[in-house]
Amino acid sequence: MRFYRENNGNIHRGVHYLSAQATDAYENARITVMNFINAEFSQEIIFTSGATGSINLVAFSYGEQFIVEGDEVIISAMEHHANIVPWQMMCQRKKAKLKIIPINDNGDLMIQEFEKLITPKTKIAAIIHVSNTLGTLNDVKKIISIAHRHKVHVLVDAAQSIQHMKIDVQELDCDFLVFSGHKIYGPTGIGVLYGKRSLLNEIPPYQGGGDMVDCVKFEHTTYNELPFKFEAGTSNYIDAVGMAKAIEYISDIGLNQIAEWENELLQYATEKLKAIEGLTIYGNSPKKGPIISFLLKGIHQSDTGMILDKMGIAVRTGTHCTQPLMDRYGIEGTVRVSMAFYNTREEIDYLVEGIKKVKEMFC
Amino acid sequence: MNLKEIQEEIIAEFEIYDNWMDKYNFLIELSKTLLPFDDKYKKPENLIKGCQSRVWLNAELEGDKVIFIADSDAIITKGIIALLIRVLSGRTTDEIMNADLFFIDKIGLKENLSPTRSNGLSSMVKQMKLYALAYHTKLNKEKL
Repeated sequence: MRFYRENNGNIHRGVHYLSAQATDAYENARITVMNFINAEFSQEIIFTSGATGSINLVAFSYGEQFIVEGDEVIISAMEHHANIVPWQMMCQRKKAKLKIIPINDNGDLMIQEFEKLITPKTKIAAIIHVSNTLGTLNDVKKIISIAHRHKVHVLVDAAQSIQHMKIDVQELDCDFLVFSGHKIYGPTGIGVLYGKRSLLNEIPPYQGGGDMVDCVKFEHTTYNELPFKFEAGTSNYIDAVGMAKAIEYISDIGLNQIAEWENELLQYATEKLKAIEGLTIYGNSPKKGPIISFLLKGIHQSDTGMILDKMGIAVRTGTHCTQPLMDRYGIEGTVRVSMAFYNTREEIDYLVEGIKKVKEMFC
Repeated sequence: MNLKEIQEEIIAEFEIYDNWMDKYNFLIELSKTLLPFDDKYKKPENLIKGCQSRVWLNAELEGDKVIFIADSDAIITKGIIALLIRVLSGRTTDEIMNADLFFIDKIGLKENLSPTRSNGLSSMVKQMKLYALAYHTKLNKEKL
């Protein structure tokens, strides 16, 4: 709100004081993101509308540059719809093939199958870092190293990991990485695409408009350099600044401390939930982000969710935008408990009480 | 009983429960009063999709009245369905099309019928009214 009142001028345009101030704040936000994920250059940070917007950008622009008929794109069986549909659309347009890495019953990616899926036609793999449904923490570093051995690029969907653990894009060596502002305690409608500078330079712009151009003639337009080439129109600079503040906030708390506490809560909650008779947990990977998906025997997830809601417990119910994953397990949906650094053991105890109440009511 | 009277009857039934838990327990009881829904009616065209739970609705014309039967895979949704069927089934097409379902709000279940809840219930009411409209048109044509 203060920004709207005191610093609001359209960025990269005016010579006036407010515009310059807003531009500085926006570009500083970019530096904050760059440092946060340890990108090499600030031009590698593109502001988008969110993780979904970032994946759509890559699927389109990468597809235009690199994908021809018969090529292959690999995703996994546990992807969020946002990391399925943009690739499907691109594959349809380019007559390319979408291949899927299977998972085992525990909810772990079958990484050995990944290598078998790769052929000389495979160009890119897009993999979720932490599954939003199962919690599985995928070994993306290993996936990236296998992919790179075969000259396959990798996009990491970090929407569910960025707020829970330290991410270093240079250490991972990922080619693209995406996340959303609202998943990192920041505003909605803002997100990030990280891409290696060389790759971002190679792929064409996604959308045309103001700010992304160098010189416009009716006959021909040349494009602006990175990162502006991918930021057509007036950017959502206010939310970018808000997201940077959120990043500063969680960085001050410390990602390692956050990960440690959340993992402790996860272990505590898993143990407590496992002790409830008739409760099945979906996603039992030894390495997980702090979520638990479950179902109570004979009780519909929406009934469980409604009663917990009445008790003041917010859980998500349904397919979690992962319908193919629901099909894989032969279920209609789950109840998902998501834990953050501000949650407590007492809250987990109250959840357990809530689940027992649900059982009493429906059994 | 007309539409207004039956809704007032339901409101009175709910008035004795002063906390949400008893209210929801009553809905669970009501879910058991729904007539069995034969699997043959669980066809795709009868499915009302909601992200949270599935609702099946079948409508047939008997004389000038519309008979609804319905089912859901979630119990609380089923309890609310039982109420909707009790109010709207066996009524004329005019009654259904013009029905003002004020009881939902009065018994404190309005949130469950909000289109944003995606539990299929708000679509169910809409679908019931659409069936009434379709049968209304059919009956009018037959009169001509």
